[in-house]
Amino acid sequence: MASEQDKLLEEVTNREYQYGFHSDIEMDALPKGLNEDVVREISRRKNEPEFMLEFRLAAYRNWLKMESPEWAHLKIAPIDFQDMIYYAAPKKKPQLDSLDDVDPELRATFDKLGIPLDEQKILSGVAVDAIIDSVSVKTTFRETLAEKGVIFCSISEAIREYPDLVKKYLGSVVPPGDNFFAALNSAVFSDGSFVFIPKGVRCPMELSSYFRINALNTGQFERTLIVAEDDSYVSYLEGCTAPMRDENQLHAAVVEIVTLDRAEVKYSTVQNWYPGDKNGKGGIYNFVTKRGMCKGDYSKISWTQVETGSAITWKYPSCVLMGDNTVGEFYSVALTNNYQQADTGTKMIHLGKNTRSLIVSKGISAGKSQNSYRGLVKVSKRADNARNFSQCDSLLLGDKCGAHTFPYLEINNSSAKVEHEATTSKIGEDQIFYCNQRGIDTEDAVGLIVNGYVKEVINQLPMEFAVEAQKLLQISLEGSVG
Amino acid sequence: MLKIRNLHAMIDGKEILRGINLDIKAGEIHAIMGPNGSGKSTLASVLTGNEAFEVVEGTVEFNGKDLLDLSPEDRAREGLFLSFQYPVEIPGVSMTNFMRTALNEQKKYRGEDVLSASDFLKLMRDRKNLVDIDSDLTNRSVNEGFSGGEKKKNEIFQMAMLDPKLAILDETDSGLDIDALRIVANGVNKLRRPDNATILITHYQRLLDYIIPDHVHVLYNGRIVKSAGKELAHKLEENGYDWIKKELVG
Repeated sequence: MASEQDKLLEEVTNREYQYGFHSDIEMDALPKGLNEDVVREISRRKNEPEFMLEFRLAAYRNWLKMESPEWAHLKIAPIDFQDMIYYAAPKKKPQLDSLDDVDPELRATFDKLGIPLDEQKILSGVAVDAIIDSVSVKTTFRETLAEKGVIFCSISEAIREYPDLVKKYLGSVVPPGDNFFAALNSAVFSDGSFVFIPKGVRCPMELSSYFRINALNTGQFERTLIVAEDDSYVSYLEGCTAPMRDENQLHAAVVEIVTLDRAEVKYSTVQNWYPGDKNGKGGIYNFVTKRGMCKGDYSKISWTQVETGSAITWKYPSCVLMGDNTVGEFYSVALTNNYQQADTGTKMIHLGKNTRSLIVSKGISAGKSQNSYRGLVKVSKRADNARNFSQCDSLLLGDKCGAHTFPYLEINNSSAKVEHEATTSKIGEDQIFYCNQRGIDTEDAVGLIVNGYVKEVINQLPMEFAVEAQKLLQISLEGSVG
Repeated sequence: MLKIRNLHAMIDGKEILRGINLDIKAGEIHAIMGPNGSGKSTLASVLTGNEAFEVVEGTVEFNGKDLLDLSPEDRAREGLFLSFQYPVEIPGVSMTNFMRTALNEQKKYRGEDVLSASDFLKLMRDRKNLVDIDSDLTNRSVNEGFSGGEKKKNEIFQMAMLDPKLAILDETDSGLDIDALRIVANGVNKLRRPDNATILITHYQRLLDYIIPDHVHVLYNGRIVKSAGKELAHKLEENGYDWIKKELVG
């Protein structure tokens, strides 16, 4: 019976990626390869002030001295960093004043992705920054946000228009030399989103970025910076897709969040980069550094991620709880199928007093995939009364996949209270049969059971994205029931 | 409605059912009794399509269809319902969502329109009242953290929702206190109609004080060795199964 079910699981998870189309948009790209001239050229093309060029060059020189990390539970084919394009922009990309200026092919691309660029048609009230390959093509709802003093624009624009803010915060959470991929990003990032919420403002709508890799042989390096001043609040969501290609493509993003006194930032990700085909060919390498700093007292940063895509995911959204009474949260669903590999988790660094953190991680492995949770909870000497609760669950579908949990605890203060719970389970044949007996077929039963399992995390997502995430999970599992 | 002929089934190479013959007509309630290990639960599992068991011989016809040829979900959609002896927990899946998915899948199979959310909720309320079940149960995840009695009541509630043609109640009375037993029995009686039928699998006569069967069968060593009216259950209660074993030997 086990093999019967394995077969079914396999059928259900063998479904194709549906965002794998590729759009013919005229591109303006730099030649392959990376050296100081390329870094200078990126900065020049973006009309950046001197301090940015310095930032990039310092990062580049740092990167040259660093090596690709190898401690993760991942098998990564060597990456040739000279065989990659570091800057690609849609050609028709002048200043976009209205949607009519957007390349129709590009608009068609976003239509296919179901991204509401058309302001007239947006009922959901979500402001969107759409980024294709390296360049932000359109940010919606800017005027409405500006009335409240909220800045939501591409990072390139922010560098030109708000250099003081960028200078103050960029690299303050993830320093250019933080790690190999963050250094690379700092040197060559070409776009991303910038969000600034001024004192006392509760951002009136969800902010959202959609990232899309389109061009061939291109690395995508976005940079996102979110600053929330005292007593402010924002909820931010990012989504991502890429065409199906046989080569692996690199995505090395950096996200930095800073919260000042009593500010709260909720950052949600639905990651659906192309995972490669069912034999493990192609797919995105998703090597991302995300970190938030709760700088002000009583501030809060909450990460929610639903990771279903990418051939390899290497990602640890973290919180540095610097202010007293700050709160960090991490809710994660990571689903791997076929030959996907994920090594993901979080770091909660308790520096201030009475800081609290919560980790809820739900891994789902199907096919021949490997899924690891890796998390660090660190309580520093002066962090009195720190609290952490971690729950790491793994669900296995079939018997050819793996689930691993690597929790690290570094506790340097005896008043800390740290709890860790972990479970590993297989979808029960008895659960599936119970559903079958009520008239629900095996595929739907698996979807139902998986969605039940991840509910705690999905509930953290804004409503409309929660529905999408549930569908995405079900689609990603099609062909994997076993 | 149900015709079982010479049914043999095995698990792990061991033959458990060894030639079952049984006819059930619409409107009837049949009790299947027998000592532990006689094959009662196996019969329920085989009829509902549990793949752990292998049918080696025999036929089962359900409303004119070859039941053994259907997948477990299609058997359910054809109107076969099992009240599980040990209902499983499905954490995080609400009863409402579960029942709605199940009911709509069954309706789609039969070519009927699926219910709108409001009609569905109305039906839930209505069925909850009919079988007298706390509304709290349906707000929780499927069987998660339910007591033994709550699980059994929940099975009867699901039966009321899905309105099967043939319901098999596998040891539904075990582990129930007298109040829960009454609620369960009441539910079954209220759902009884001339066009549906019920099989009660039980070891005790107790349940049969509340649900009066038309026929009582004794299953022993994988065969039905005795069939009679409801008085057989009383005789078993008084004398145990030994006299039947002796009869067989003699």
